[in-house]
Amino acid sequence: MVRLALGYVRSRAVAEEVAQEAWLGMLRGLDGFEGRASLRTWLFQIVVNRAISAGRREHRYVPVDDRDLEDDDGAFGQDGWWTTPPVHWADRAVDRIAARDVADRIRELISRLPPGQRQVVTLRDVEGLASSEVCLVLGITEANQRVLLHRARSRIRALLEREVMT
Amino acid sequence: MRRRPAPSGHDMTCRQAVALVTDYLDGALTGEQAALFRAHLAECPHCTEHLAQIQATVAAVGYVGAEDLDPPAWADLIDLYRRWRAGT
Repeated sequence: MVRLALGYVRSRAVAEEVAQEAWLGMLRGLDGFEGRASLRTWLFQIVVNRAISAGRREHRYVPVDDRDLEDDDGAFGQDGWWTTPPVHWADRAVDRIAARDVADRIRELISRLPPGQRQVVTLRDVEGLASSEVCLVLGITEANQRVLLHRARSRIRALLEREVMT
Repeated sequence: MRRRPAPSGHDMTCRQAVALVTDYLDGALTGEQAALFRAHLAECPHCTEHLAQIQATVAAVGYVGAEDLDPPAWADLIDLYRRWRAGT
């Protein structure tokens, strides 16, 4: 929850406060839930709403410029085929994907992603929410969500490649 | 009526296939797009590898979380939720 809140507010202290507030709010107000979404989605919705209002109070929403996706997706020629085919390592990644140091580096990379990418990849791939839930929580379209997710995963793929190859 | 020819791996470029990986994994491609994508992968070991790398990436990211909500906190939460659902 703190990680999610950090997508909206800059300082960790404020993010922790927001997460704490969300917990308290939830414990006080289960009647606001109304059974329309899963518990997890509803909880994240509270965190996001609180973080947004805290962020507005602070004026701390700092967008980060995106790099060109092509760097991360791969190298393609004018004709659309690989110019530099990918190094094949997926079958060797098994030992690394669950490693603590790799998880730490992925977490650190996620923290540096542009806010939209960070929020989507956190909710989808870290927290395991469904696509529809993430769209509900963040108020974005499915297509928009997939673009953000694609970019985030592409960058993390590049990081994992370095981890597996070294 | 003649059946349309089965898609060939060359009906989609590698660049296009790689760009559609996330949509494919989310089941968001149309039937026709998905058929083209699979036909491309059947003939392209590099794009097949890329898809496997993205799947490995998703698995790796799945190991990042889970530490910030400790089990007792979740158990309390689920208990509250169940009681609320049961109307008590």
